Amino acid sequence: MSWTMDRRRALGASVATVAGLALPGRARAEGPLKAGWVYVGPVGDYGYSYQHDQGRLAAQSHFGDKIQTSFVENVSEGPDAERVIRQLATTGNDIVFATSFGFMNGVEKVARSLPAKKFEHATGYKRLANLATYDARFYEGRAVIGTIAGHLTKTKKIGYIGSFPIPEVVQGINSFTLAMQKVNPEATVSVIWVNSWYDPGKEADAAKAHFDQGADIIVQHTDSPAALQVAEQRGLMGFGQSSDMRKFAPNCQLSAIVDNWSAYYIRRLGQVMDGSWTSGAVWMGLDTGNVEIAPYGPKVTPEAASAADQIKGAIIAKKLHPFTGPIVDQKGTQHAAAGETLSDEALSKMDWYVPGVHA
Amino acid sequence: MRLRLEPRPRPSRLWLWGSPILAILLTVLTGAVLFAAIGRDPLASLEAYFISPLATTYGLAELALKGTPLALIAVGLSFGFRANVWNIGAEGQFTMGAIAAAGVALQFAGSEATFELPLMLLAAILAGMGWAALPAFLRARLEVSEILVSLMLTYVATLFLSFLVYGPWKDPAGFNFPQTIMFDQSAAVPVILANTRLNLGVVLALLIVAVAWLVQRQSLLGFQLRVMGLAPLAARYAGFGRARLIWISLLLSGGLAGLAGALEVAGPLGQLVPVISQGYGFTAITVAFLGRLHPFGILLASLALALSVIGGENAQIAVGVPRAATGVFQGLLLFYLLGADILVRYRLRRLAEPGSLGAARQRATTETA
Repeated sequence: MSWTMDRRRALGASVATVAGLALPGRARAEGPLKAGWVYVGPVGDYGYSYQHDQGRLAAQSHFGDKIQTSFVENVSEGPDAERVIRQLATTGNDIVFATSFGFMNGVEKVARSLPAKKFEHATGYKRLANLATYDARFYEGRAVIGTIAGHLTKTKKIGYIGSFPIPEVVQGINSFTLAMQKVNPEATVSVIWVNSWYDPGKEADAAKAHFDQGADIIVQHTDSPAALQVAEQRGLMGFGQSSDMRKFAPNCQLSAIVDNWSAYYIRRLGQVMDGSWTSGAVWMGLDTGNVEIAPYGPKVTPEAASAADQIKGAIIAKKLHPFTGPIVDQKGTQHAAAGETLSDEALSKMDWYVPGVHA
Repeated sequence: MRLRLEPRPRPSRLWLWGSPILAILLTVLTGAVLFAAIGRDPLASLEAYFISPLATTYGLAELALKGTPLALIAVGLSFGFRANVWNIGAEGQFTMGAIAAAGVALQFAGSEATFELPLMLLAAILAGMGWAALPAFLRARLEVSEILVSLMLTYVATLFLSFLVYGPWKDPAGFNFPQTIMFDQSAAVPVILANTRLNLGVVLALLIVAVAWLVQRQSLLGFQLRVMGLAPLAARYAGFGRARLIWISLLLSGGLAGLAGALEVAGPLGQLVPVISQGYGFTAITVAFLGRLHPFGILLASLALALSVIGGENAQIAVGVPRAATGVFQGLLLFYLLGADILVRYRLRRLAEPGSLGAARQRATTETA
């Protein structure tokens, strides 16, 4: 019995070896598939990097001992990233996930010099035969929370904490504002830029400044729960970012936009294993579950909740695009006529704000 | 048993060399306890930290590359620090150097001109000097603290950089991301070792370290700076121009920081992005003191700092040591290195119990002395 098992396994292995030889580029060393992740923040940020790491852990538990994962956290965007990515790729990892935009040139250089390895870069735009990109339509989630904010703000002032004015963040601000103003046309959004993805001190200071200036809800595009903690202390309201941050603000988190990368990582690693991995670009949203809306907090009224559910449902059913015209920017330029929607290309280059945003 | 630290009559030669060794031993021991406490194999962790980065040519090249900006900036700072002129704003001068170099590269983009790189380096040195000239002028003329001015100018430089990469210098094909175009090959510091990122900047840094040593050791300027730091009144009595020395030390450190900025932009970065420095300008202050303000000491200290960063990454990859623990380990290394230095100037003496014969003898010695 055990002999047959062994023989079958041995036979399988030799077939795999032959297949590997026949199809160069697919060949993989024996043993578990090794995958490495590079994070811009600490895995304990309870935000963006934390969620990527949750994805890694989900893949690890899905595949068990068939894969072996490792990660490097707090890697600064720039020359250091290239070293870390190369280090991961040359120490046995078959695939490396570089999870922040600023890793783009580093991952591109390493991918060029190591064509036998596979690379995936989150939120970037450079692709090669062995370098894929993946991204999430965070702006879809912003439309849902913008709807909630429109219902709940009493001061009609929303404080937005921005990291960097890059397209992803600008999309979020505009999507939020457009959705909010459908409910509450007079409400405005003011943005404080903290010039960092993760800086709890600055994030908390920005939240305090917003509240001091009369905002009653804060929204953030930075990675730590520090701003929500300020909201909790002040008894005001806020939204979590990247992750469900309820435990940091049990009363005051209205909801959160949750990035769920698990399914994507499991799918891609499965493809590396069976040899069907190819490069490409994906931009996943609420419909694939890559962007999720966290359960509503106690301050969300039933009315706001049902309006938010309706928006969410319509986006998932593709009946609603958050950027449906008429959309006019602050200079008066029209970007979409009534009924038109913005193309993905226009979204990926967005550098203008809709009226009602003070950025 | 009571212990007391006593000043030595002169710095101990033995501990001058012995203290770093003691510090590294203590770091390794404490680190082993730390790694074991968080459930990692201490030996494997230490190996990942200290040995494996040095085991490959690529690793060594990375070490030198990472150490280059630190060494360049710290050597420049050491001139002023010897003279009690505190340039805390090397980070800003580094940034201005990077901006100037990028400005040249953008100006000559596509020209493939051979003078492009030298011009970038020159522009960066001048920009760094220019940025340091502001605190120098205010200090020499108006007695405004150069510590505050140079530090605050760092934030001005960083914001100026943001303005450029988010505004006029943004890559038109870059999807509005804050970055310039990638620079040409003619704007890149040549790589001197194939399959690594080791470039000519490392050689330049070594040369500058050697020259700095000669200047500090052999020249009148080096002597004047030392005297001004140790005994300002004596320096004034000797007729050393104080304003001149302030200018020289700030311009020197600013120029070298600017050069380091250019080497980063023309080296591993190849473009301008919102964040260029990983805090090199501030870390270099630690490096300067760790190297005891001596150019060769600074060279070693910059490599030690670079190793602690690269080793930290390795330990994460190889053993899964979290970043926070590698940060603590890095802190331990600095703590012990700076702490053990006290043994160079002080010695530990055991005090006899009061009332004993030894105490009486000790008292007698003190009284006669």
